[in-house]
Amino acid sequence: MRSSSGSSTLRIWQLALLAGLFVLWHVGTSPTLLPPLYFDDPNRAAFFFGEPLKVLHRIWDWFAGGDIYRHLWITLLETMLAFVIGTVLGLGVGLWLALSPMASALLDPYIKALNSMPRVILAPIFAVWFGLGVASKVALGVTLVFFIVFFNVYQGVREVSPVVLANAKMLGASRRQLLRYVFIPSAMSWVFASLHNSVGLAFVGAVVGEYLGSSQGVGYLILQAEGVFDINTVFAGILVLTAFALVLDWTVTLAERRLMVWQPRSGETEKI
Amino acid sequence: MTAALALENITCTFVSREDRASRYTAVKDTSLKVAPGEFVSVVGPTGCGKSTLLNVAAGLLEPSAGAVRVFGEPLAGVNSRAGYLFQSDALMPWRNALDNVAAGLEFRGLPIEEARARGNDWLKRVGLAGFGDRYPHQLSGGMKKRVALAQTLILDPEILLMDEPFSALDVQTRQLMENELLELWSANRKSVVFITHDLEEAIALSDRVVVLSAGPETRPIGEYRIDLARPRDVSEIRLVPRFLELHAEIWHAMKAEVLKGYAQQQRQ
Repeated sequence: MRSSSGSSTLRIWQLALLAGLFVLWHVGTSPTLLPPLYFDDPNRAAFFFGEPLKVLHRIWDWFAGGDIYRHLWITLLETMLAFVIGTVLGLGVGLWLALSPMASALLDPYIKALNSMPRVILAPIFAVWFGLGVASKVALGVTLVFFIVFFNVYQGVREVSPVVLANAKMLGASRRQLLRYVFIPSAMSWVFASLHNSVGLAFVGAVVGEYLGSSQGVGYLILQAEGVFDINTVFAGILVLTAFALVLDWTVTLAERRLMVWQPRSGETEKI
Repeated sequence: MTAALALENITCTFVSREDRASRYTAVKDTSLKVAPGEFVSVVGPTGCGKSTLLNVAAGLLEPSAGAVRVFGEPLAGVNSRAGYLFQSDALMPWRNALDNVAAGLEFRGLPIEEARARGNDWLKRVGLAGFGDRYPHQLSGGMKKRVALAQTLILDPEILLMDEPFSALDVQTRQLMENELLELWSANRKSVVFITHDLEEAIALSDRVVVLSAGPETRPIGEYRIDLARPRDVSEIRLVPRFLELHAEIWHAMKAEVLKGYAQQQRQ
């Protein structure tokens, strides 16, 4: 009981902090509430930082008017596609390289080079290759997700406990069965451990891709607003993206709980 | 009679990966024969290459020299007629107890329902009925050992290789497990190679005890037939006069080696 009431008190404090930040934002940017502190022109602060009431109003308009759903859907689609394709590729290549030392030794410097390259810079190239539609954003997201998954799979296969492996061999597992029953489950546990990261990066890839050139998506909305110095809409877009990212993260947490039942969670003491 | 398992003049030399010139001979010129249905314990000081010997018998490690014969046939690859009980946790952490026990049958291509049915049967036999849906991290050390035992025995191996299987358990659990092992073994006599550093455990369980010298270049330095009557209760047999006699005799032979092994560890 104590812990649940404690966590609800914590929630209240967290919401209070959020409200406090909004009030501070409002007071600091409103042209009439305070005399100008830093800027000469009382409207300057609102120009740079937006006004929370207008931002919220804009968000309300988006959702009430139904404009935003199409853009959100596009961003979500790009995120999901980038995540799925990146994960499948990372899993495949990770397993292949981890299980074949020759290929891994040969490709090692290339993998390192590709990973250390700032891959966001590929966005314009993808735009040229795949056009301004969904595909170029997915491609950017894939390059980000791939390496996260790849390195985790690689590590996961390398870190398979030698005893578990020897035991499976003694129980009669063939090479193919070792892959299916030992290497892949072990690698998957590492992939799931990095799920938050990879979904987050797929999202980053989608939004950055949209921002650099597109005709729809939340990143596109922000880009458009920025073009006409509509700072309130920019902030509204950022808030929507943040909320959306939180929802994605929460979904991942749910998926993780379902898929990782076999892993001990800290604080779990039930042992009968 | 053909031996169930015969190690013939086994030598194992390990070469360091970084420095090809640095070598370590764990086992030297060792022979060991185990008859069908015989329970043999191998005792020796810590770090004397007991596990190396067992890995050779399992086919997981190729010896530098020497041969392994399983029921007269030379061993190539993994020893498919042997089951191996490892010292540390060897259960697949992502499978629950039942699926761990059924894994070997699944690998052999049995339909999953039948494998699970037989797995449940074996869980019952090792006293874990109703624990099938637990994952390894939810089981205690003793329960994990039982699952591992069921996982190995479900395949009905003709040879059972055990590498200090109970060394991580507390004394009470350990004696329970030892008794259970003897019970399972006497119901269906397999050849057993039981590695341990605990002389009492070795005498209580086995038909024969082989003593190894301290490493490196481990070799057998003595063999003792244990003529204690079966069935045995491991906690009671330790009080029988003949047990104490055997213990004194074997310990006398082992003591010098144990001290040698200890001195070597101190030097490192």
